[in-house]
Amino acid sequence: MNFQTFIFYVFAAILIFAALRVVTTRNPVHAALWLVLCFFTAAGIWLLLQAEFLAIVLVLVYVGAVMVLFLFVVMMLDVNFDSLRSKFRSYVPVGATVGALVLLEMALVVIGSSVAGDAAPPAPVGRNTKALGRLIYVDYVYAFEIAAVVLLVAIIAAIALTHRGRRESKYQDPGRQVKVRRQDRVRLLDLPAETKGE
Amino acid sequence: MTVNLLPILPEIVVLIGASVVLLVDLFLDDDRRHIGYWLAQSTLLVAAWATLRTLDIDVVRVMHDLVVDDLVADLLRLCSFAAVSLVLFYSRSYLALRGLFRGETFVLILFALLGMQVLITANSFLTLYLGLELMSLALYALVAMQRGERAPAEAAMKYFVLGALASGFLLYGMSMIYGATGTLEIDRVSRAVLAGGENEILLIFGLVFVVSAIAFKLGAVPYHMWVPDVYHGAPTAITLLIGTAPEFAAFAMLLRLLGGALVGAEVDWQGMLVVLSVLSVTLGHVVAIAQVNLKRMLAYSNIANMGYVLMGFLAADVTGYSAAMFYMVAYVLTSLVSFGMIVLLSRRGFEADLLDDLRGLNTRSPWWAFVMLLAMFSLAGMPPTIGFYAKLLVLQAAVKAGFVWLAVVGVIAALIGAFYYLRVVKLMYFDEPVDRSPIEARADTRVLLSANALALLLFGILPQPLMGLCAVVLVQSQFF
Repeated sequence: MNFQTFIFYVFAAILIFAALRVVTTRNPVHAALWLVLCFFTAAGIWLLLQAEFLAIVLVLVYVGAVMVLFLFVVMMLDVNFDSLRSKFRSYVPVGATVGALVLLEMALVVIGSSVAGDAAPPAPVGRNTKALGRLIYVDYVYAFEIAAVVLLVAIIAAIALTHRGRRESKYQDPGRQVKVRRQDRVRLLDLPAETKGE
Repeated sequence: MTVNLLPILPEIVVLIGASVVLLVDLFLDDDRRHIGYWLAQSTLLVAAWATLRTLDIDVVRVMHDLVVDDLVADLLRLCSFAAVSLVLFYSRSYLALRGLFRGETFVLILFALLGMQVLITANSFLTLYLGLELMSLALYALVAMQRGERAPAEAAMKYFVLGALASGFLLYGMSMIYGATGTLEIDRVSRAVLAGGENEILLIFGLVFVVSAIAFKLGAVPYHMWVPDVYHGAPTAITLLIGTAPEFAAFAMLLRLLGGALVGAEVDWQGMLVVLSVLSVTLGHVVAIAQVNLKRMLAYSNIANMGYVLMGFLAADVTGYSAAMFYMVAYVLTSLVSFGMIVLLSRRGFEADLLDDLRGLNTRSPWWAFVMLLAMFSLAGMPPTIGFYAKLLVLQAAVKAGFVWLAVVGVIAALIGAFYYLRVVKLMYFDEPVDRSPIEARADTRVLLSANALALLLFGILPQPLMGLCAVVLVQSQFF
């Protein structure tokens, strides 16, 4: 067992432990934090596979953005986790069946496939960040741009369908604030003078 | 390294145009929304000019073989520009009266058009799928744009859910074909399938899913369930859009996938299309008889007409493809008139979408009754309208390919269909009007809709140039 294999087993053990804690821990915020640990160790395993770009993206996108969103949702939405958890045991048969099936399928693929195991991984050609960049921005740039347009349309459609007009929203207009004159704010009233002692 | 962007110039124009409309609309108040409208119209004009300027009779593949620019693409692009432009002209006052005359509407229409163009010029499963999604996504949103109404929201939801299912079918089929041939590029898939020796079962499974997805987008039976609900529920101006320009994109999808990539598996898809075609023409025409809503009736008529397109296409030779293409052009030209008339007759707070609303149209306005009559004759396939030649060519192609019984079914179904088309004519000419309000429309709408209706007659009398064009374009694009 060389050092790399050792590192792999360490990461794999942490990953499995963290994944178990995600579903078993009581506090939903802790569950989200365990999921962050899962992503970090998965990124570590990808690094071992020399997929450094994907590893960094996993950390940046999933840990940096998606998990923060998860945490916000968990903290902001008042979900009663105890009532969800009360039926935890009733899901065990279904969950166990699905889990066993997935395990069986994976085992069949690993055992039955002639590719897995005996074929050596392809030798890395340069940095894969560069290779991916070439694919996205040179070979598939047209598809990439169209995909960007699809996202733009999704944004426009979502806003067009839900935006209720800006009439009722309160906003500041800095231009008007700057242009304000003394007359607009201060009104001098000519009150009759009061004299003492009357 | 130089990149040849000329073949995708029309796409670039439409993308820039849509972005400009989006930005300009931000600074427009409600009285000046028409600026966005005219910007959209000029985008279409510039895009059409760009297509004509970069016209190339050779087949050009660019962007690392993701895009193909051939004459079929140019013709279908020009047809979609014209259709979208007419849709905008016809529906201007309809949109304005329903609070839909907004920048978002024009932007989404332009993006839907961009999706159609991407689909039409696709030379790879990847671009084909992206174009389809772009088009569908914009259309789903357009259907739901009229807020506060229940029917459009329901229609949009049904369209969205079933459309997503069809996209899933398409992706699943494409991934199987990729598995069998090892490539996503349509010309390479075509060569691999023709060469044979690949995993036959995997390929046929993929083909089944791809054909299902195409049938869904065309609205052929048994994948037609969404068509009546969406046509009925959407605002009529959007129904007008959905029933016209996207049909060209759907035809391009049919042509690129079955006529291009899977031409080697012709024997297999021919049988599937026969089933789809027979079911569509019979069920579409029979169920249309029972409809009292005009939009629903035209939706079932659309289902039946797609059956005829498939009937021509499944002949799988130059006559078949060009007959199907001619049929599609004829059908869209007719749909523009039939749905355009519903839009024209609708006014503030009133949708002229019931058959009864057409009662006595002749006494209200003889000209508009005649325009509707032309559309109905064309849909029924009566001479001297374009619909007659379209049906004739399709049936000829089917007979020539040896499907005589299919052509007989087509003729019988057309006879059944003639009943409900002529019922509309009877209502217009022989019944007393229920509603005697005057018909008001903008001058440009009146002129263009009339010209559109006369075009049905003109191409019905002189169909040869258009027929010839379809055939030449297909041959030049190396579909044979």
